[in-house]
Amino acid sequence: MAGQSAAIIESKDAYFSYSGDGEPSPALSGINFSVKRGEYVALIGPNGSGKTTLLKLFNALLIPSNGEVLVKGISTTEEDKLPEVRRSCGMIFQNPDNQLVATTVEEDLAFGLENLALPVSVIRKRVKATAALLGLEMLLKQPPHLLSGGEKQRVAIAGVLAMEPDCILMDEPTAMLDPAGRHSVLNTVHALNRNRGIAVIHVTHFPEEAALAGRVLALNEGRVVADGAAKKVLTDLDLLHKIGLQGTTAGELAALLRLGGCPLPSHILNNRELVDNICTLAQNN
Amino acid sequence: MARSITMGQYIPGVSIIHQLNPRFKLLTLVLILALLFLLETFGALVVSLGMALALFAMAGVPFKYLLRGLRPVLYISIFALIIYFFFTSGGVVLFRIGFLTVESEGGEQGIFIIARLVVLVLFSLLVTLTTTPLSLTHGMAYFLSPLQRLGLPTEEVAMIMAVALRFIPTLMEESQRLMRAQLARGADFETGSIFKRARNLVPLIVPLFVSAFRRADELAIAMEARGFRIGAKRTRMQDDLITFKDWAALVITLALIVLVLIFNL
Repeated sequence: MAGQSAAIIESKDAYFSYSGDGEPSPALSGINFSVKRGEYVALIGPNGSGKTTLLKLFNALLIPSNGEVLVKGISTTEEDKLPEVRRSCGMIFQNPDNQLVATTVEEDLAFGLENLALPVSVIRKRVKATAALLGLEMLLKQPPHLLSGGEKQRVAIAGVLAMEPDCILMDEPTAMLDPAGRHSVLNTVHALNRNRGIAVIHVTHFPEEAALAGRVLALNEGRVVADGAAKKVLTDLDLLHKIGLQGTTAGELAALLRLGGCPLPSHILNNRELVDNICTLAQNN
Repeated sequence: MARSITMGQYIPGVSIIHQLNPRFKLLTLVLILALLFLLETFGALVVSLGMALALFAMAGVPFKYLLRGLRPVLYISIFALIIYFFFTSGGVVLFRIGFLTVESEGGEQGIFIIARLVVLVLFSLLVTLTTTPLSLTHGMAYFLSPLQRLGLPTEEVAMIMAVALRFIPTLMEESQRLMRAQLARGADFETGSIFKRARNLVPLIVPLFVSAFRRADELAIAMEARGFRIGAKRTRMQDDLITFKDWAALVITLALIVLVLIFNL
């Protein structure tokens, strides 16, 4: 497929500091990385490591104080291309209550499209199609305050999706949800990534969520400290512990078992792998 | 709790009157109000009253809402009636109280004015009961949009109204939650003098404001992230549809005005 390897987002030696914070060190220093079409990147790091700041650079909510961020080759400093940048990279926030704008789900899905000043017939068509895709048809006439947290987040995703983005930026979208809501939101996003080739950058505190991503980027004190396959980054427990993070439960457990003398491999990431390995060990003994 | 909050006076429905474009509804209402001031005979007023009631029946609005809406008119009517009875001269003297006389002209005029007021309120009620506050806001913003040339931010004001309407239930829920939290800490909102009770509300109002400001901040960022920019051109999905029904309503109203003018009704 043409453009399969093209970079959606490129960050070239980007620096950012919040002015007037009285903070001596910048929030981000020298970030170099790019996200290709269709990639799923989990962004991990302790509190204050610059995850949210980085995400906001990609949506042009913040402009790098040094260096450059390109979205589909457009620099985020180009004021007149801002609508295209925001259409191309939609953003989902943590609090489901504070990102739905309109009085009904239907109008909220239309909000971004209205901002693009699209013709009404196009807006109606896209709202309908997006709602059908995410199974939200039954909720179209509902006011947001009657929805569950998971439903609100899915409406927010639909609002971004209606704009036909190339990339979805998510800032801890599941942090305020119950397990069922988390599950449905993650399923929705992974399906969009798989079936429609939409790139995802997912900021998360849950190692289990990061483990589902193809690629994991770890930030600490505004710098990239690890960038690679989930299997590689999330099993490097020494590094994770050094910056105050944890591996997945299965990974941590496997490490403890190894310490106790159990010969488990070091690449275990999820429960399934742990169970399989232990069963193999038990059968061999 | 939040489920029971009704917004404005709107009564949901699917009638033709509900479906009319709010811009046309407002325009037609203004024309009808003008028409009512053109009327000169009791007969024409009775006909328009009948029309108003017929439209209510069409909209399927329960009768009690109509009476509730008319209640404030009652006091004005009594006041107006007294003024007209005693201070308008002409016609036959009906009766005399001391130096005040009630003459037939005054009585007739008073009743006519009140009848007109009632019909006028009924038509206005019909619009507010069948249109969501949001649609009404956007309808009005449309007619005020020429003021944008004078630098008045009519679009932005409509957006502010829309967002405020969206957040009323959310903030209500929040205040309930805060109230419970403060009650759990031993707060007392129900006893004491009115001043004491007002003072006791402070620990409720302060966090509510703090959280409202935080929400506003987050929402502004979320809106910006979705491409909202002040002053940028936008379209609107809702209320943009103008159908045959809208034109029909307008044409019928205009025809009525012409009829009244020709026959001097």
